[in-house]
Amino acid sequence: MKADPMGVLVGAHFLDGDHACCEGALAAGCRMVFGYPITPSTEVVERIARRFPMVGGVFIQMEDEIASSIAIQGAAWGGKKVMTVTSGPGMSLMQEHIGFAAMTETPCVFVNVQRGGPSTGLPTLPGQADMMQARWGSHGDYEIIALSPNSPQECFDLTIVAFNMSERYRVPVMFMMDESVGHMTERVIIPESTEIDIEPRRLTRAQPSEDYELYAPEEDLVPQMPPVGAGYRFHVTGLTHDEKGYPVMNAWVQEKLVRRLVDKIRKNASEIAINQEFELEDAEVVIVAYGITSRVVQRTMFLAREKGLKVGVFRPVVVWPFPEDRIRELAGRAKAFVVPELNYGQVYYEVERLVAGRAPCRLVDHGGGALHDPADILKVVEEVLR
Amino acid sequence: MSQGEHRNPVESFLRMDRMPHIWCPGCGIGIVVNCFVRALLKSKIDVDSVSVVSGIGCTGRIAGYFKVDSFHTTHGRPIPFATGLKTARPDMNIVVLSGEGDLIAIGGNHFIHAARRNVDIKVICVNNFTYAMTGGQVGPTAPLHSIATTAPYGSHERPFNLPFLAESSGATYVARWTTYHVRQLTKAMVDVLNKPGFCFVEAIAPCPTIYQRRNRMGDGLEMMRFYREHSRIANGADTRSLDIEMGGEIVVGKFIDRDRPTYLEAMDEELSKRLGNRYVPYPTGVKR
Amino acid sequence: MSRTEIKIGGLGGQGVILAGMILGRAAALYDDMDATLTQSFGPEARGGACSAQVVVNTERNLYPCVTRPDILVVMSQPAYERFVMEVKPGALVLYEESLVETHHLPEGCRAFGIPATRFAEELGRRMVLNIIMVGFLTALADVVSVEAARKAVVDSVPKGTEKLNLGAFEKGYEFGLDIKNRESSC
Repeated sequence: MKADPMGVLVGAHFLDGDHACCEGALAAGCRMVFGYPITPSTEVVERIARRFPMVGGVFIQMEDEIASSIAIQGAAWGGKKVMTVTSGPGMSLMQEHIGFAAMTETPCVFVNVQRGGPSTGLPTLPGQADMMQARWGSHGDYEIIALSPNSPQECFDLTIVAFNMSERYRVPVMFMMDESVGHMTERVIIPESTEIDIEPRRLTRAQPSEDYELYAPEEDLVPQMPPVGAGYRFHVTGLTHDEKGYPVMNAWVQEKLVRRLVDKIRKNASEIAINQEFELEDAEVVIVAYGITSRVVQRTMFLAREKGLKVGVFRPVVVWPFPEDRIRELAGRAKAFVVPELNYGQVYYEVERLVAGRAPCRLVDHGGGALHDPADILKVVEEVLR
Repeated sequence: MSQGEHRNPVESFLRMDRMPHIWCPGCGIGIVVNCFVRALLKSKIDVDSVSVVSGIGCTGRIAGYFKVDSFHTTHGRPIPFATGLKTARPDMNIVVLSGEGDLIAIGGNHFIHAARRNVDIKVICVNNFTYAMTGGQVGPTAPLHSIATTAPYGSHERPFNLPFLAESSGATYVARWTTYHVRQLTKAMVDVLNKPGFCFVEAIAPCPTIYQRRNRMGDGLEMMRFYREHSRIANGADTRSLDIEMGGEIVVGKFIDRDRPTYLEAMDEELSKRLGNRYVPYPTGVKR
Repeated sequence: MSRTEIKIGGLGGQGVILAGMILGRAAALYDDMDATLTQSFGPEARGGACSAQVVVNTERNLYPCVTRPDILVVMSQPAYERFVMEVKPGALVLYEESLVETHHLPEGCRAFGIPATRFAEELGRRMVLNIIMVGFLTALADVVSVEAARKAVVDSVPKGTEKLNLGAFEKGYEFGLDIKNRESSC
């Protein structure tokens, strides 16, 4: 399916990441957003509030992030493509409903324009310290998908991908921007609607009946979704439930349900994966970086190559599920791994786990509030090569 | 269970495959379920256009027993979920059925804001003065001096007067009945199914196992007798006068029935005025 | 690779961000270069010393931040004090001459002033000061073409003020060209 031309602002624009994310959502077919303003994500909802009345959409500024994160799910079951937009403190408030979306398999997109934390932290400055929260933040076991853009252009392109993945796998998708990308203005090319692929809702082919099973999975472990108000008379609950959707409190149904919720992402991980690789062919040192840091390290790589050091960059664009197989492969031939991120070690520990002692791994941590100095990362590269 | 020609007419609106339900003997929630089904029958609205949303707690389980599209959401959040669902499907009739702890304590902020915005949802609150599902903790409407597991020496907090809260927040319809007043309660539900805007019905209900036992108030039947003897019908009463005290009078009735533009109507009017032909109206079902 | 780092500083309300936006837009949309605009946010952008940073690059701009400006444009004394020590050796410093006193200029810097406030007052609108500075920069620094800058001015200013702002741009541009011609004939 192609994008609805009404939502696509075709042309070359000079936009910041927040505005580009809004345009991506519009192009993806999102016409319903519930949100609560919070720096540095507010520009996304401000633009949505301006643009939506011109494309037949509805934006409601809710009373808080808790309300926003569940209102989108009501609208998703009402048939809409939905997202909410926030930053660290708001994301913390939304966690229960990320679990609800995972449990009820509600397609929705959560945009987190990360700032420095913990707590109120650095509202106007960047951080990448919510990466583990994105994966594990709600209680219980579940899997989500998280993408991490590094430019306004990607804030447009990957917001569409985020919507498509949320529909394809019926899963909450975390769109992990950061203040730097959100407030950085660059050229953004928005293509014709005919060039934008849209994943439609996986609507059920079953007819309403007494035996209708709300959560009967297809081969890829993802169930189809019924339209509301059409006679299916389905029941949705955050309690552990059987395929009919009814609550069942026992270990067997828990195992069957939660195993599937986890497996529908894990077993489809290779299909979900998006990675970028730069000069890895001969690389002795692999720098693993995501989001804005994946741009900073390209400068490091350039400086290193000028000095004759064989350095390459591996960038997971989809950070969760983590590209485990590819890191394992690289671990077989690289001399060392260097992982810079704007936190004190999150994705780094994933790399370390997968490299499993086959090569040294070094974290280049940073508390956030600014970006790494490419030269600081170069110093660590030189150290590991020594 | 009755079969064939003796089949109870409410059965076709219930998920009979989920019976028996979880509620205790003498609990008032079953009466509310019955009233609501009878209201659906009486109002003659298309049942497929009705969706029930509930939160967490004894009353939170209510959504799972109605044979309509039903959503059992998180603790305190059925109102914002219903706001999303209603906004996506303005043609549907969205009913929130939940308890006072869910709607007024943890969900209190959503309650007042949805009423303020006049979101077109119907909120039916079963008020049994306690957190019964979890064993009887103190709630936001628990009368002064009532005993609860977390107020073992009696509650010293001032309780909310729900009709007053609903009216002052902006609700277009406000009523309170007890589960003794089944006809009036059913009538109130019929009213709100046909009334636009944020409508609020408080259904005061017995909780013999938890609340009454702890407060030595007798069983379910005794509580019905209490409702009969201590309720006073005062339609149109000033909602400021509706506080409930331990063992005191319960004023019931329809207090508010007024018209305000719903959220989507107000949005539609403002945007079409401001944007003129640049406005692409959201299909709200609003007559333009 | 040709990478130019520009920092524009001034007081909140002087249109610092808009000046950066025009430069970035000129480079990214009309000169077919890569441009990244970053800016200071928060309370300082609403009244204190604030800044816009633009990195213009003939290739893909990787590192998005300005660290050592090649060009500094300042419209207030606090902005000058705060940012002048960051510039690269030999940087170009452009300043509003009635608002900024260029003491302790780092060695090797080329500094040029413009009476932009007076020009703006002559044009009848003090608020076009920032656009005059953009014109001035366009003339003195080979970063964006004058055609691209003009188009970006038209794109970026409120509807109905295009003529006023283009006039302001030309004023700054001509003043800059005069200086440039004088410099090259020396």
